[in-house]
Amino acid sequence: MTSRTDDIRLGADIGGTFTDIALDLRGKLFSTKVLTNYAAPEQAILDGIVVVTRDAGISAAEIGIIIHGTTLATNALIERRGAKTALVTTEGFRDVIEMRTENRFEQYDLNLQLPTPLIPREHRFTVKGRIGAEGQELRPLDEAALEEIAGRIAAGGFGSVAIGFIHAYTNPAHERRAREILSRKLSIPISISAEVSPQMREFERFNTVCANAYVRPQMADYLARFQTRLKEMGAECPVFMIHSGGGLISVETASEFPVRLVESGPAGGAIFAADIARRFGLEKVVSYDMGGTTAKICLIEDFAPRTARTFEVARTYRFCKGSGMPISIPVIEMIEIGAGGGSIAWVDAMGRIQTGPESAGSEPGPACYGRGGKRPAITDADLVLGKLDPDNFAGGAIKLDTAASEQAILRDVGERLSLDAMSTAFGICEVVDENMANAARVHAVENGKNISDNLMIAFGGAAPLHAARLCEKLGIERCIVPKGAGVGSAIGFLKAPFGYEALASKLTRLSRFQPAEVNALLGDLKASAESFVRSGASGSITCEITAFMRYAGQGWEIPVPLPDAPFGEDAVTGLKELFEANYQRFFGRAIEGLDGLEIEIVTWSVKATDIRPDVARHELTSGKRTSNPTTTRAVFDPASGEPQTYGIVERDTLCAGDRVAGPVVIVERETSTVVTTSFDAVIQSDGAILLIRKGSQS
Amino acid sequence: MSDISDIRMQVMWNRLISVVEEQALTLLRTAFSTSVRESGDLSAGVFDPRGQMLAQAVTGTPGHVNTMAEAVLHFMNEIPRDTMFEGDTYVTNDPWLGTGHLHDITMVSPSFLNGELVAFFACTAHVVDVGGRGFGADAKSVYEEGIQIPIMKFAEKGKVNLDLVRILRANVREPNQVVGDFYSLAACNEVGHRRLVDMMKEIGLSSLDGLGDFIFSRTRDAMLERIKALPKGSWSNELVTDGYDAPVKLVAKVSVRDDHVEVDFTGTDPMSRWGINCPIIYSKAYACYALKCVVAPDIPNNAASLAFFTVTSPVNILNAVRPAPVALRHIFGHMVPDLVLGAISQAMPGKILAEGAGALWNIHISVRPVAGGQGRRAEVLMFNSGGMGARPGIDGLSATAFPSGVHTMPIEATEHTGPIVIWRKELRPDSGGDGEFRGGLGQVIEIAAIEGHEFDFSAMFDRVNHPAHGRNGGEPGVAGVVKLDDGTQMRPKGWQHVPAGRRLILELPGGGGYGDPAKRSVEARANDQSKEYISENGK
Repeated sequence: MTSRTDDIRLGADIGGTFTDIALDLRGKLFSTKVLTNYAAPEQAILDGIVVVTRDAGISAAEIGIIIHGTTLATNALIERRGAKTALVTTEGFRDVIEMRTENRFEQYDLNLQLPTPLIPREHRFTVKGRIGAEGQELRPLDEAALEEIAGRIAAGGFGSVAIGFIHAYTNPAHERRAREILSRKLSIPISISAEVSPQMREFERFNTVCANAYVRPQMADYLARFQTRLKEMGAECPVFMIHSGGGLISVETASEFPVRLVESGPAGGAIFAADIARRFGLEKVVSYDMGGTTAKICLIEDFAPRTARTFEVARTYRFCKGSGMPISIPVIEMIEIGAGGGSIAWVDAMGRIQTGPESAGSEPGPACYGRGGKRPAITDADLVLGKLDPDNFAGGAIKLDTAASEQAILRDVGERLSLDAMSTAFGICEVVDENMANAARVHAVENGKNISDNLMIAFGGAAPLHAARLCEKLGIERCIVPKGAGVGSAIGFLKAPFGYEALASKLTRLSRFQPAEVNALLGDLKASAESFVRSGASGSITCEITAFMRYAGQGWEIPVPLPDAPFGEDAVTGLKELFEANYQRFFGRAIEGLDGLEIEIVTWSVKATDIRPDVARHELTSGKRTSNPTTTRAVFDPASGEPQTYGIVERDTLCAGDRVAGPVVIVERETSTVVTTSFDAVIQSDGAILLIRKGSQS
Repeated sequence: MSDISDIRMQVMWNRLISVVEEQALTLLRTAFSTSVRESGDLSAGVFDPRGQMLAQAVTGTPGHVNTMAEAVLHFMNEIPRDTMFEGDTYVTNDPWLGTGHLHDITMVSPSFLNGELVAFFACTAHVVDVGGRGFGADAKSVYEEGIQIPIMKFAEKGKVNLDLVRILRANVREPNQVVGDFYSLAACNEVGHRRLVDMMKEIGLSSLDGLGDFIFSRTRDAMLERIKALPKGSWSNELVTDGYDAPVKLVAKVSVRDDHVEVDFTGTDPMSRWGINCPIIYSKAYACYALKCVVAPDIPNNAASLAFFTVTSPVNILNAVRPAPVALRHIFGHMVPDLVLGAISQAMPGKILAEGAGALWNIHISVRPVAGGQGRRAEVLMFNSGGMGARPGIDGLSATAFPSGVHTMPIEATEHTGPIVIWRKELRPDSGGDGEFRGGLGQVIEIAAIEGHEFDFSAMFDRVNHPAHGRNGGEPGVAGVVKLDDGTQMRPKGWQHVPAGRRLILELPGGGGYGDPAKRSVEARANDQSKEYISENGK
């Protein structure tokens, strides 16, 4: 019997439609896709493990480590399938999660419905006790009332409890004490906001602790079951979870803070792209992940995806900002829009083509699947334009019906605009590409970046079909379509560092900056972040310190990266300079000439990660041998606005260093890469396709 | 192929909307006043060189919609073309040329490409202070309400007018916040300009003429189709509100013609002696907003969509003229949608929601240490919302801003801005009007100064004596209450004092119900009770 070794690693990503498994056997990759099993999610992983271990010729016992990410927590929030949860909160604030921001996210819809709060009003209990903005106790906690509340929760058949008190991010004493009292009478898990999300702004923080409590019993059960089943099949190796910030945490931590698993799949995709960026030494990258339902765009700078401290899940209204629920945890910052291969095209009142966010999904799927889908999807438009080979889609598993696509496109869109099928399909693709381009531009601006300075890394089933056109719209010169793009997130998991970000909100004015106090606070954060990392990694650890700063009086902070060293007595000058330089980078110019305008730090963050071994560096090659396609097909060319003859090349027939001139379509099992007239394609040493804009310097 | 060029135009239109969205986001991210950064009391848009609005950011509030759309024309009248240069930014807070009160600062910047004027960018934001008596109803004329900035250059060829900045600093209570916001406004136009130029260079455009024609003609066709489908005729409505010291009656007649809709405010009460008067530009903004919600909620705002609505009025409280005090123009401005929708409901029975709380319950708090004590002074502004009227088929939204498009501020952020404690901010049971569909609930807010402090507050509340009417048999919402925790009744408008140790209690009004209460389903009533939207001793 062979035993487990550290150089066999397995990544498992449970997505909405597919569960992806990637096995790295000493550098050789085996992967498979299995349909997600909603009743028993772990079953799909086990089935996938059987497939990849068989392909690799190993036994499950030999796997050295399993890294897992899942959308189960996200889905439980979207579909409201969590535990019956009680919220214990400050008297006077029973309705924070119901009143939200008091704003209508769509101003002209008089019949607007706001999302239902995660915990209904009758399950929200209030207790006297109040902490002030400076962390001082304004009114003591009513412990007798808590005893009584514990009794009501015990009698009420609840499965989980969330505690959220006003200003607990700055002084958690009341929340901790409340947990202590409740836990004497209750055997169900209790989550407190000061631990789940210690950040200012009560709506976001309360909602986050509620979400955590809501999915906690279910996720803990699932994770325990998953580990048991793994052991039963002989896999005794450690299991780690990928979190929304892109790092790894132990299963125990994940069971306690399952809200940190939300969006872990897309995080894996971003890490996948970051790893490719590192491998090729690319400092400015935008990753573009387009699947069946949504497209995700993420900026990756110096080989690390950007992170944020809050995001929104479960948007209910056409993906509209503000229609979901805010979750305040460290997260890989990406923009997600309702633009995928299955997104439906339609016509609005002004006769304008619109796409998504409604999606045909996998059932019934786009019209061309011939599974009963009648409405035109992006995939139908791609097919009509000639970008897809109808006889060679998904490895030939589905034969696509071009006539059905044309019919659907004409009926729902073309006839209303008096356009033929080809022009309509072009319009649909232009609109979806433009929507993605706009989202990418806005995302870059919000981060003080210029999108055209980046190289794009495109993955996910639909991305290679649209990447070249998207680059044209964004002024991007180069784009990589990596190998294994179809299971990118699962591969990304294998590259993830053991990492944890600890945050503390503590308003500090530079004029009142006390180095010793701040050093102590950062010391605590560091200890807490490092202990999380220690649970999974034994090597050395690096810490990134970030201060979120602003001019006093502003409401939004910008991240200012700081050196990992204690502050000395003269720290203020350096902090001010760093802040002004970063501010200028974000917003054009720092504010000058305001007497007495103060600078303040709102939140401190320490991100601890284990140091990864350097990856083998590859140079991007621009290719020498020119390869000429043997077959051709008419494909609609977006730049000229008419069909042109595109070459057709099998990806497998190309070798490293081969250069193919656009227009050409490079076809493979999972997808096709469309190389428009303005690009050439070069095969890289690792098998990736590099698109280079003709005439560019690189 | 002309069809393809249509698609390209459409794509550029989307791009233009994205440009102004970036412009608005920049303002949100850099602003100092909580009214802008937490609450989104702002707007941003792009205009053609003739001053016609091409696109407006989705982020923002309806009160600025039409006001900003017309403001650009005033700037063009005041600043001759031959004195416009690259890097210029123009500014005003003139209530009659801008957005109705001095607190809103409007900035306009010309956008040049290769030396040619190709567009204007405009933006508006509500700053925390403009000097004068402070944000309240007590001024006798606009001269007492703060500093007035006639249309002038904030920056010429990129160089900021520092004399203006000095005058401003000397006139406002929070100079850093206000001047900081001036810079944010200018920066946001600059971001818009940069993105527009990128777009035009990339596409190879030298002017926006063709795109403008496309936007306007598409919008016009869609609007015409919608207006044709409306019943034709004239309908009137009146609405009585609290006023300052006596009730104020608002009257509107809505006439749907073949190709446009008219609103006339004849019959409305005369101007008030107090700062609750509304310049027509702001009344018009909210009249158009109400009409647009009914007629064309999905059609983007631009010069062509707004041109289908005309608003007229003799001089009265909805068409106040200089030098009337106008600081709280938003109160009646926010009542205009209920007024106009009430008229339309006669034309479209069964389609229009009941009346709601209407005006935001804004409160400005001036907090200071008690005489001789230690502590901190601060100006604190909060936006709060009552209940929305019930809709045909759906209960009204509770504690939700309508018609305003702003957000409330997180109380944790508010408590950081000054030494106050918000002891309560939660739904107000029993406040929604009963009906087949219940009106939205108001909310209860309790505010006290931190120990050793006292405060004055400027009340800007309505629907205290005149609750929201129900519709189609629905009952009225419950009126608002302003009082202290010892039972002392306070006035709904004007500056008032809250001594140390006392709490101010605000009970915000609920929305009106829709339809016969007898028809309310058993499930809905059970839900109201289990959630305690209706208390045991409630109705």
